[in-house]
Amino acid sequence: MISEEEVSRVADLARLSLSTEEVQRLATQLSVVLQHFDQVAKVATDGIEPLVTPTDVLEFRRDDKVHPWANAEAATQNAPEKVGNLFKVPPVVG
Amino acid sequence: MRDAIAKREIRAREVTEKFMGQIEKWNPRLNAYITLNEQALEQAKQIDQRLSRNEKVGALAGVPVAIKDLLCTKGLRTTAASKILHNFVPPFSATVVERLEAAGAINLGKTNLDEFAMGSSSETSHFGISKNPWNLEYVPGGSSGGSAAAVAGGLACAAVGTDTGGSIRQPSSFCGLVGVKPTYGRVSRYGIVAYASSLDQAGPMARTVEDAALVLETIAGRDERDSTTSRENVPQWSQKISTNLKGLKVGLPKEYYSDQVHPDTRERVDQAVEAVRAAGAETVEVSLSLTDLAVSIYYLVATSEASSNLARYDGVRFGYRSDFSKRPAEDIAEFYCRTRGEGFGSEVKRRIILGTYALSSGYYDAYYKKACQVRRLMREQFLEVFSRCQILMGPVCVSPAFKIGGRIADPLKMYLNDIFTTSANLVGIPGMSVPAGFSKAGLPIGVQLLAAHFQEQHLFNAGKAIEEAMDIKELPHVLQ
Repeated sequence: MISEEEVSRVADLARLSLSTEEVQRLATQLSVVLQHFDQVAKVATDGIEPLVTPTDVLEFRRDDKVHPWANAEAATQNAPEKVGNLFKVPPVVG
Repeated sequence: MRDAIAKREIRAREVTEKFMGQIEKWNPRLNAYITLNEQALEQAKQIDQRLSRNEKVGALAGVPVAIKDLLCTKGLRTTAASKILHNFVPPFSATVVERLEAAGAINLGKTNLDEFAMGSSSETSHFGISKNPWNLEYVPGGSSGGSAAAVAGGLACAAVGTDTGGSIRQPSSFCGLVGVKPTYGRVSRYGIVAYASSLDQAGPMARTVEDAALVLETIAGRDERDSTTSRENVPQWSQKISTNLKGLKVGLPKEYYSDQVHPDTRERVDQAVEAVRAAGAETVEVSLSLTDLAVSIYYLVATSEASSNLARYDGVRFGYRSDFSKRPAEDIAEFYCRTRGEGFGSEVKRRIILGTYALSSGYYDAYYKKACQVRRLMREQFLEVFSRCQILMGPVCVSPAFKIGGRIADPLKMYLNDIFTTSANLVGIPGMSVPAGFSKAGLPIGVQLLAAHFQEQHLFNAGKAIEEAMDIKELPHVLQ
């Protein structure tokens, strides 16, 4: 079960504004989903190391060389607002 | 077609023009493409020029392909089917796209998908629902549903999709295509909009096994821009395909043949099993007892990773930003919250909330950590089974394609659709969907083949044997 209060708290953590209807709907839907997920609890996993990536990939590091890439103009072209090559954001107090 | 272009029997430009004509005619009804590549014809002309000068061209010279709109294409809008990226024009291309272009493939455009690849029906796209070319009232599957609709509907020769929990194999099954999810690490993820980084892999969707092999060998291989790519040699699978399956052991996981599988699907899968037996393979029953948990583990891991990956959409550097001119944000948190609340669709929000919850203090041990522990047990189970057989066979999905709107209101029902596909991603093994005929209602049904890590050749061999035995001639009505 996940309550509406918990959905709101998690939404704050995720920086996601939700309407009252969305909070209600998510609490109902996710409670059903989480109830199904609770079946995982019945598997004995004492001492099992969590698996976070599926293959035994040997990590490699590339040479520390500079590669030419797009210029700053291209790199910032998608900004919602910009001044020159700087990102512009509204003034925020607090 | 590739050979005909290389021999200059037909010109790449004519081929591309023909496909562009089909797109113009059918895309308004199929909604397979979000954005068309206006440079396609120019790319094709360049191939023709190079051929006329007898210059060496790549293995896919002049072959028109579609790219899932999750892969960045330099100078061509890349949206992930989300409002939050609706106007994003990447200043770089994904490694997969670079390799296709280097091989001479013509990029026709960017195909529709579930928003951020989160979905199994292509119904969550900000740009509208894609339709199944075999029956326009049905979903093409998802999340690579636009890619599947494009290839099945004759709007591309082949397509690139991505598969995080079945997003290549399931739409391939629903649309009658060959779709391959490669071994994790085979294909570079550089430049692919991230959903769940430990599960995501790009792969081919095509009409034949050989075409799929050809596209995969073009895009696979180590990339220094993705440290999880493998150093394993990339074989020329397409040239080594053998349909003599003598000596091949095929495992049939008993959990994949349960009562929940639709009778039409069961019948087609049984027929495909007969086909590999006829080609010389030996079948053996095996058990994967954790199958019932695959959906739970998958959604816990995938949403946790997604909640982290999607933190980058902040309305500052690229993408959508809420309008603060009338009502300014009171603090920085509100700036992010409003932008993200307006920019993401409902399924994406659902998964971000679920993933953030699973990772949050007090729930981390019970959900995310526990899921990763069971994930290791699942991997061990698969490795043990692959010590007794080389491939596994079963259904891709419990049923053929469902009607548009049929499951979208019930998230759990939609998630349970992925029961047979998610394990391959969790474990990192390659999987394939191969057409195995039709339901009584005339919708395509695929059979799923799974192999051990880096053993894709087994999939192509068995897949080709099934393809030859089925000898499917039917075409969707849009092509008739």
